[in-house]
Amino acid sequence: MADVAALRRVARIPWGQATLAITLGLFLFVFLILPIGRVIFVAFQDLRTGGFTLIHFSDFFATALFRESFWNSLYVAAMSVVFASLIAIPLAYFTTRFNFAGAAIIQSLGFIPLVMPPFVGAVAMLLLFGRNGSINLLLGQWFGINIPFMEGLNGVIFVQSIHYFPFILINLSASLNNIDRAMEEAAQNLGARGLRLFRRIVFPLAMPGYIAGASIVFIKILDDLGTPLLLNVTKMLAPQAYLRISSIGITDPMGYVISVLLVGFSLGALWVARLATSGREYATVQRGGGGLQKRDLRPGEKVLCYSIVLLILVVVLSPHIGLLLLSFGTVWSYAVLPDAYTVAHYIEIVRATPQFITNTLLYASFAAFADIVIGVAIAYLVMRSRLFGREWLDYVAMSAIAIPGLVLGIGYLRSFHGLEVPFTGEPLATWWVLLIVALSIRRLPYALRACTAGLHQVSVSLEEAALNLGARRLRTVRRIVVPLMGGAILAGFVTSFATAAVELSTTIMLVASEANAPLSYGIYIYMQSAAGRGAGAALGIVAVLIVTLGTYISHRVIATGRRAEEITSA
Amino acid sequence: MPATHTCAYRLLFGALALGLAASASPATAAQLENKLVIVTSYPKDLFAPFQAAFEKKNPGTKVEVLNKQTSAGIKYLQETASNNQSDLFWASAPDAFEVLKGDGLLAKYRPKAKGIPAKIGAFPTNDPAGFFMGFAASGYGIMYNTRYLAAKKLPVPKEWSDLTKAVYFGHVGMSAPSRSGTTHLTVETILQGEGWAKGWRTIKEMGGNFAQVTERSFGVPDAVNSGEFGIGIVIDFFGFSSKASGFPVGFVYPTVTTLVPANIGIVKNAPHPKAAAAFVEYLLSAEGQELLLDPKIMRLPLRPEIYAKAPAGFPNPFKDPSIGAAVKFDTVLSKKRYNLVNSMFDVIVTFRLNDLRAATKAIEGAEAKLAKKPNAAAAKLVREARDLVAAMPIDEAKANDPQLNAVFTKKRKKVTDVAPPRQAEVERQWDAFAKANYLKARDLAQKAASM
Repeated sequence: MADVAALRRVARIPWGQATLAITLGLFLFVFLILPIGRVIFVAFQDLRTGGFTLIHFSDFFATALFRESFWNSLYVAAMSVVFASLIAIPLAYFTTRFNFAGAAIIQSLGFIPLVMPPFVGAVAMLLLFGRNGSINLLLGQWFGINIPFMEGLNGVIFVQSIHYFPFILINLSASLNNIDRAMEEAAQNLGARGLRLFRRIVFPLAMPGYIAGASIVFIKILDDLGTPLLLNVTKMLAPQAYLRISSIGITDPMGYVISVLLVGFSLGALWVARLATSGREYATVQRGGGGLQKRDLRPGEKVLCYSIVLLILVVVLSPHIGLLLLSFGTVWSYAVLPDAYTVAHYIEIVRATPQFITNTLLYASFAAFADIVIGVAIAYLVMRSRLFGREWLDYVAMSAIAIPGLVLGIGYLRSFHGLEVPFTGEPLATWWVLLIVALSIRRLPYALRACTAGLHQVSVSLEEAALNLGARRLRTVRRIVVPLMGGAILAGFVTSFATAAVELSTTIMLVASEANAPLSYGIYIYMQSAAGRGAGAALGIVAVLIVTLGTYISHRVIATGRRAEEITSA
Repeated sequence: MPATHTCAYRLLFGALALGLAASASPATAAQLENKLVIVTSYPKDLFAPFQAAFEKKNPGTKVEVLNKQTSAGIKYLQETASNNQSDLFWASAPDAFEVLKGDGLLAKYRPKAKGIPAKIGAFPTNDPAGFFMGFAASGYGIMYNTRYLAAKKLPVPKEWSDLTKAVYFGHVGMSAPSRSGTTHLTVETILQGEGWAKGWRTIKEMGGNFAQVTERSFGVPDAVNSGEFGIGIVIDFFGFSSKASGFPVGFVYPTVTTLVPANIGIVKNAPHPKAAAAFVEYLLSAEGQELLLDPKIMRLPLRPEIYAKAPAGFPNPFKDPSIGAAVKFDTVLSKKRYNLVNSMFDVIVTFRLNDLRAATKAIEGAEAKLAKKPNAAAAKLVREARDLVAAMPIDEAKANDPQLNAVFTKKRKKVTDVAPPRQAEVERQWDAFAKANYLKARDLAQKAASM
């Protein structure tokens, strides 16, 4: 840590940093703390006197239902992290470690489960894995058995592992790509091989990425609403909060008590993640052409690796396969496959609702861009400055991950509805720009974690060198830090973009007209009627295509960037 | 809490809106505003044809539709009341309109259209005070997947009581009344039709056979359509429109059902009151009523003459008096205990579904055994178990008690008021009661089965 101290001595008066920190703090205060504060306030408010009370928390723990929900949520979150890791680690390792044909495609495909609103994914999953889904109908015909894939907590774990493992995949891949090849070579020279090399050198070096991904998965699952609700599992914390707020009323305190607990747990998980990675040095000085040494697979290994990858991909892409069938199918009822096929649903969406697609691109790219700018700024301030209370920027920004989207939506309506947009006079709360702000707040944690992991791996001594050579700090950040973090920033952008593109819970509270509505809202509307299921699925497929294409292009951009780098440095 | 503002402000704008609404006539498009904002719980299939037809008739007016679940729609109007941008609220459940009316969020309007009957079933078509009006009728009943029933060799259910039979264990689905205004009406219909104690017994005996309690009301027809479960308790048009979309499903009205109007109301301080009034009139016109027969919509029109154009087999409540005649639905009672009934259902059915199913399975198992080998002592235990499942933590008088209901309506009391128990406290007692009873019922039934 001596070099950090040295760097800090170089910058005596951090006025620029202070201004930046205050600006960020103000942004988070106005668009996160204030709206949520107005909502969470209720958790501590005595209904009768309006004064402070903890009675609602004691009500919570005194109620068997809430206690059971509490343990169910923890169990599901923990088990899902385990299963998500089992899916993500082989995919990340094989594609970064070996010369693997189609690595970019596999990485992109492995990512697309995220880009489907959970309620759509669950509809498709039910058609395939449900109690009378295709798989169970076949199993029933052939063997007379029925496997309850989608029943109860197990169903939630199944769907969520498939839905959220990309967080681990994308962060772990970024980390693996950042490992200094020299480390690996040194280990190999000392005789480490195979699994031992992975276990003792590679995986520990990639730990910041894994922890970043796993903590996001844990928190997301704790807070995820769509999946349990679609499987009609209500005995978990997030559904309980949602049901309390949306059906009993937004003044019922129990929903807010649960929100407060969720925020507490998320911060706790982050704290544990921080403990796990603090006190260790992950930064590597050299950028030896990026990442691990790649080697060719032997034929036997090739078969094995490809079968594992293929098996994983078939499972994780099953919601998309189901959705594709649904979007081309006419009627699909109690049958292995749809009765007949048609393109009518695609014609319907192109004719009736093209604005959903353009709105989504606009909102998601603005929100994701804002996220990486803010994410880099916060990561940099937290890790490189010594401003008082800088960690709080991180904690506060991360806490957004634990705010149920619905609560944020209600908070925005409460805080901003009375205000008007200058010139047009519409209410600020339902202005589309505010929707972008809400989306960027919701997705900021993903970008921030990715940026933090990226910065973790950039050695301070490189910045020091630049500063010593006379570069100003801003220039150093722009020319040294950001390029070195490139992969991580891109990972953050893609995660934020993709998930913002399919966000629904906040959107549904804030969208004030169909002309301004994004894709997920369109899918939601279509999916509310028997005749609209196919059209909704078609819209879902369009969403998946957009984001997959975006992801694939970004992978190509990194890859070309890296090749260019290698050529110039050679 | 809805946003607070002064009485004077409310009165001024309320009067303004009323004046404008009253002076509005559905005459020419030139008089209408250039925009109309509708908040609705209806699917795109329903609102889109009306939206297109209205825009075609009034070229200068752009119709914007906000699609929200009924409860979310109410919340949206409450939260945005201080700067209201919505003109119409358009949804099925009359009690949702009662809630909005109670909050003073609707404007009065008397439709000018002639030829609409004053009553549909036992229900007045329009709110007597004039805050909202019916535009179509809906009844509640049982929807089933024909492929599913054939594959599992199940008979088609006809009555609510059929759904309590052991053959349907794990085959039935329903939404929660707290999640869906239409489901609330179904539950309240059963409670009013059969009485509090017997009604809850029916609901819980059906509940024991539930595969799921879905979170959205559309989750039920969706699952029946795809064959996730075979039988669903739904509002009629879900069944009709699914069938019209080609799904292998059917729908029946049980005897204890009620026909209720589906409604529309003009929001108070509507920014486009003339367009709002014109839309209401269009909905009630012969042309608008005929749109209801669109295969994707399939609602019961209010104009009796329209039924001549309906497809064969389409129910006609004006001809067939058996539909919806058995129950005289009391909206005032329904509104009084609205939140209590919702909460009760969630506490004792939705959240305790696994316990309830376990008890029901044990009871049905024991009864199957008894049918083969009668045993008086065991039969008595099974009866006890059934009574334990059916037992309610509170009786009807208590359920209708305004003081208990006050716990569920969220108005903060003055410091000097006597503190009512908190909702969470009341629910905790119900939860403990239900859990213990279901567990004991299961044990009794298992004991009976082993005798």
